[in-house]
Amino acid sequence: MTETDFTGEEAVPTATLPLDAWHRARGGRMVEFAGYWMPIQYEGIMAEHQWTRDNAGLFDVSHMGQLSLSGENVAAALETLVPGDIAALKPGRMRYSLLLGEDGGILDDLMVTNEGDQLGVVVNGAVKWDDIGYLRENLPDDVTLNHNEDYGLLALQGPKAADALARLVPECADMVFMQAARATWNGHAIALSRSGYTGEDGFEISLPNEALAAFADALCAMDEVKPIGLGARDSLRLEAGLPLYGHDLSEDTDPVEGDLGFAIGKRRREEANFPGAARILGHLADGPPRRRVGLLVDGKLPVREGAKLFDGNTEIGVVTSGGFAPSVGAPIAMGYVPRDHAAPGTAIAAEVRGKRVPCTVAAMPFVPHNYVRKQGG
Amino acid sequence: MPRYYTEEHEWVDVDGDVATVGITDFAQSQLGDIVFVEVPDTGAELAAGGDAAVVESVKAASDVYAPVDGVVTEGNGQLEEDPALVNSDPEGEGWFFRMTLSDKSQLDGLMNAEAYKAFIADL
Repeated sequence: MTETDFTGEEAVPTATLPLDAWHRARGGRMVEFAGYWMPIQYEGIMAEHQWTRDNAGLFDVSHMGQLSLSGENVAAALETLVPGDIAALKPGRMRYSLLLGEDGGILDDLMVTNEGDQLGVVVNGAVKWDDIGYLRENLPDDVTLNHNEDYGLLALQGPKAADALARLVPECADMVFMQAARATWNGHAIALSRSGYTGEDGFEISLPNEALAAFADALCAMDEVKPIGLGARDSLRLEAGLPLYGHDLSEDTDPVEGDLGFAIGKRRREEANFPGAARILGHLADGPPRRRVGLLVDGKLPVREGAKLFDGNTEIGVVTSGGFAPSVGAPIAMGYVPRDHAAPGTAIAAEVRGKRVPCTVAAMPFVPHNYVRKQGG
Repeated sequence: MPRYYTEEHEWVDVDGDVATVGITDFAQSQLGDIVFVEVPDTGAELAAGGDAAVVESVKAASDVYAPVDGVVTEGNGQLEEDPALVNSDPEGEGWFFRMTLSDKSQLDGLMNAEAYKAFIADL
């Protein structure tokens, strides 16, 4: 019995995260991901997935790139590369956006925060070096880009995340989804936001590398908090219908094809001044040729990335991520299909090892989001 | 009844001319939660080292190889309903398939329990 092993051919050695020893000491099974050794699981993906749905899971996402952009008119400068309304972002608020290539293809998806005196930008670990190069090349010289490599990033996710975090950082209790704040913990300057990528309520906490282990220990000493690996992070985000860059999104996908039209601001649509605006606005008006959709899979056979999609004998698309969904109790997937096959309820099939597996196009998320949008409710 | 092991982490119980094949406890612990198992059809002709079955965990699909040449006499139908048996009882109820042994001398190339234990200790 062997497992398919994805071994990079590049000579770049796999890097370690600041919490590497911390993960190993807690039984984390380390795998290579985005150029780093990262824990794929501790006790098991299913148990960790369910723990996050019921309690609070602590994820180390320090592989992601934490950038800050400053300078006069920095919002307008960033808007030349993303389709979101960055200028309208109030201090302490954040927004999901997309770094677009000249033709409107997605180079990365990212979170942009108005931190008052600067914009905070969090990008995917796997493409952060490309992003930094692209931003440096395409932003005007009076915008300063800092890559905050001295900071790690933790995500605490799940219905008990707010209660747990409030014991360490009381001000988190009053925050709402997509709100950001600065705080202090044990003398360390930290930044937190009520956000994440699991579909559950939760927070992301940026803190200096030297404070990470003590902070993670303080959280995991609480009954409702356990460390959670990449495996459950992937099954949770899949159930939440959230795309993973490099799989569900790529430079060959534009925001409308990626079903991310919400990330194109109203003002930006009117101004039509973001990369690939002609193509993207055309797709918004007329519908894209193909679109990212959710798929419910009949039976138990997992349908994974790369599986071809068929309508009868005609190949119509491809699965970009998929697997067993613990909270659904069945396999689910995401993939691209032509516009006329994108309506929920459309019956198609995926090919797995020569067999046709019936699938139904489904609205996403597969599991309802659990975000806290308003306080006092 | 002697039990043999392969370097691909299958175990093989031999009873006369029939071999029962599964994956080892070490293998299931490495794979994690098993969500699907595809066993070969009865009558399928297998060649040593060739694909025989597929086991899918939450994170990945993995091939299970035939440890010897032979013909499948039975697949474990219980795994269709309850793939997690591979996690809970990998070297018992979680067996994958039974096959005839065409060439018993092929067993000489496999490990015994002690050798397999040493083999996984080195991984």
